[in-house]
Amino acid sequence: MDLHFGDSLPTDEERAAVDALLGPPDSSWEGADRSDADLRWARGGRRARDRRDLLLPGLHAINDRIGWISEGALGHLCRRLTVPPAEAYGVATFYAMFSVRPRPATVLHLCTDLACAAAGASELCAGVAARLGPDSGVQVERGPCLGLCERAPAALAVRAGDPVRTAVAAPATVEEAVRAADAPDSAPEEPPVATAVPQAGREGLVLLGRVGVVDPASLDDYRAHGGYTALRRAFALGPAGVIREVTDSGLVGRGGAAFPTGRKWQATASQPDHPHHLVCNADESEPGTFKDRVLMEGDPYALVEAMTIAGYATGAHQGHLYLRGEYPRALRRLEHAIAQARARGFLGDDVLGRGYAFDIEIRRGAGAYICGEETALFNSIEGYRGEPRSKPPFPVEKGLFGKPTVENNVETLVNVLPILTMGAPAYAAIGTEGSTGPKLYCVSGSVARPGVYELPFGATLGELLRLAGVRDGLRAVLLGGAAGGFVRPDELDIPLTFEGTREAGTTLGSGVVMAFDDSVPLPRLLLRIAEFFREESCGQCVPCRVGTVRQEEALRRITERTGAAAAGDIALLREIGRAMRDASICGLGQTAWNAVESAIDRLGAYT
Amino acid sequence: MTVTPLGIPRRLLEFTIDGEPARVPEGSTVLDACRAAGKDIPTLCQGDTLRPKNACRVCVVEVEGARTLVPACSRRAEPGMVVRTGTERARHSRKIVLELLASSVDLSTTPRAAEWIKEYGAKPDRFGPGAARLNEEPKVDNDLYVRDYGKCILCYKCVDACGDQWQNTFAISVVGRGFDARIAVEQDAPLTDSACVYCGNCVEVCPTGALSPRTEFDMRAAGTWDASRQTETSTVCAYCGVGCTLTLHVQDNEIVKVTSPHDNPVTHGNLCIKGRFGYQHVQNRG
Repeated sequence: MDLHFGDSLPTDEERAAVDALLGPPDSSWEGADRSDADLRWARGGRRARDRRDLLLPGLHAINDRIGWISEGALGHLCRRLTVPPAEAYGVATFYAMFSVRPRPATVLHLCTDLACAAAGASELCAGVAARLGPDSGVQVERGPCLGLCERAPAALAVRAGDPVRTAVAAPATVEEAVRAADAPDSAPEEPPVATAVPQAGREGLVLLGRVGVVDPASLDDYRAHGGYTALRRAFALGPAGVIREVTDSGLVGRGGAAFPTGRKWQATASQPDHPHHLVCNADESEPGTFKDRVLMEGDPYALVEAMTIAGYATGAHQGHLYLRGEYPRALRRLEHAIAQARARGFLGDDVLGRGYAFDIEIRRGAGAYICGEETALFNSIEGYRGEPRSKPPFPVEKGLFGKPTVENNVETLVNVLPILTMGAPAYAAIGTEGSTGPKLYCVSGSVARPGVYELPFGATLGELLRLAGVRDGLRAVLLGGAAGGFVRPDELDIPLTFEGTREAGTTLGSGVVMAFDDSVPLPRLLLRIAEFFREESCGQCVPCRVGTVRQEEALRRITERTGAAAAGDIALLREIGRAMRDASICGLGQTAWNAVESAIDRLGAYT
Repeated sequence: MTVTPLGIPRRLLEFTIDGEPARVPEGSTVLDACRAAGKDIPTLCQGDTLRPKNACRVCVVEVEGARTLVPACSRRAEPGMVVRTGTERARHSRKIVLELLASSVDLSTTPRAAEWIKEYGAKPDRFGPGAARLNEEPKVDNDLYVRDYGKCILCYKCVDACGDQWQNTFAISVVGRGFDARIAVEQDAPLTDSACVYCGNCVEVCPTGALSPRTEFDMRAAGTWDASRQTETSTVCAYCGVGCTLTLHVQDNEIVKVTSPHDNPVTHGNLCIKGRFGYQHVQNRG
């Protein structure tokens, strides 16, 4: 390739931000001053191109330091990594958290998604907009779910600099949101993560047992509470033994697709191609989901240990943790935990002295729901636009960097610990025959005690909602988030299992349970869901790219209509929805019509 | 003498298309098999010289056991597969895809689009007058070709041809996300400030006429472009020793466009700036 970089130069600060990540450039081919040696050697080429995966961290480095990505900064990054500027521009414009136009150093993200909308996000936005005008030095951005639904409405302030500073205000008043944006350093500390777990400290919790109990910064405290017993047991069992235990436990993926984890691990472990990769999908972006954040903030070492076990079982020596960009506290705690584990020999060339090498690298997302799709996530890590790949080939065969890859989300991985400590039969005895183990639910909306709840599979929706203190006047419950479906208040005896929800014609999805009362008009909620999919569609395939737009337009037309006046548009929605479900490349388009359909069919919206 | 490489003989595999047995060489796509069986499946983003991108989804067919429809252009045929091409379900998705495209993009220069819209009973107007369209003005920023992104269906073929599949110039990319995604060079700059080498290989693969040679664009604007009056003459490019095969498209004794045959073993339809655009001297009648 013969790259063309243009004439724009980076500022000193932009150059420093990139060089802080990549180290100083080796030669003028990578952006240093020209020396005589550069005239004799063309450095770069394959060695530089192999670092394409540093494009996203590089964009983060610039955006974190400056607040936006200028032409000169992008050009410098491209020169350092031998990436065509057009492609890098395509990547930078893909993510909502980046800007390629000048903007103030401080950005205040206000969540306008379902739980926050029900908790008064529009008043918050209006109040903040009145206080922080165009000259305030703060850019106010209304956006999708920030994963703080138990404390709705939520605001996240990000101030670029060295280092970048963040502040969360949730539940946010106008005053608190403005203060977080004005002075992120002196904003009040977030409440401890245990406040998101109403059951914290209770006996018998399998997944949440340590959240709010251990010090998330202390490896010793983690070990004192049973940490690293599962890894020792894994080493005693050997990789095949671990996979057998996980298979026998009946564990299936908790991200929504419910694929048997043991089968996935076995399929990856048996691939002759090497190296194998382990990817932890912590890009939890489904509106209403925050369980992975709570696990990572409250018990970060558990994820580190679980990833080590998964890597050991599947023959991977490198774990990639793809964390959504809107989780600053989870990032800090995981970075600390990984550094501690590395320093103490729980990660590195010789884990626990057993001759197994494993390390974990954190990659931050930058505001793209689609990157939670497993193959889009690979593209995102590799430094390409986060567009899903077509399957087959499946990740177990050709995944990250084209190599066999096992990808699990945080909750799925953390389940491996109790499987190994209590043994597969004891684990499988929890829950029902078809859905084994404990399950985390993210309960938010019209309940007295929103938060993450742990219940064995098989508890009913009503039991869960009673536990969370559901308020009177329940109108609808959204299961599984924007990609899930609504159920009626008279369906609370639905058992929360994969088979039970399937039988009831709905889905468990990622474990979102959002309760709505009469105060929010249903058509407004549906329109917000449609806006979400329109915003988050990657644009690759036609059914989703244009279908989500047409869906939103139709729902906007019928916001105030019912009966015969809405019938034509509802018929149109059904036709578009069917094609999106059948013909879209990935799960985003395939599920973009689920919630709207269920609201029409089950709740009788627009009648 | 031209030697056509035969390649390693490939095993045949058997499966079923619309109830009829089909035998195709291993590695063939469902689309290859359907075309061999004489089925007319619409395609837009599929290109005979490019790897399938399966972005447009207009070629979807039903495969027994698959949860969703599958794109015929990229799915490899497997032994025992049961494929149905004309089911109501597949035709419904094709119809909606055509409607979604035609309601947002100008398909007036897309070959066969009007025919398919009629065949599938697509009614692009039914999304109402308020339906969002791309509404892009043609970008005329150089003398050789025009980018009219109001006609772009985002098939990625130009990006693939410019990138690692043919030209290795990487001048263009998909930029933005969702409905706002567009093909652009870095910073949305004019082509003249980009890495573009004006080979025109993107123009060659464009399925909708969003990319067109300046001559064609100007003649269409003037109403003088008439493909039915054009003749095609094969010759050899005289600029360098490679000797690429050229096809001269001639209307009224003027060369109006130059292409190269896609099945040519040297060019695969690609040319360089000289071969594709450097023909004015031929008709400089002074």
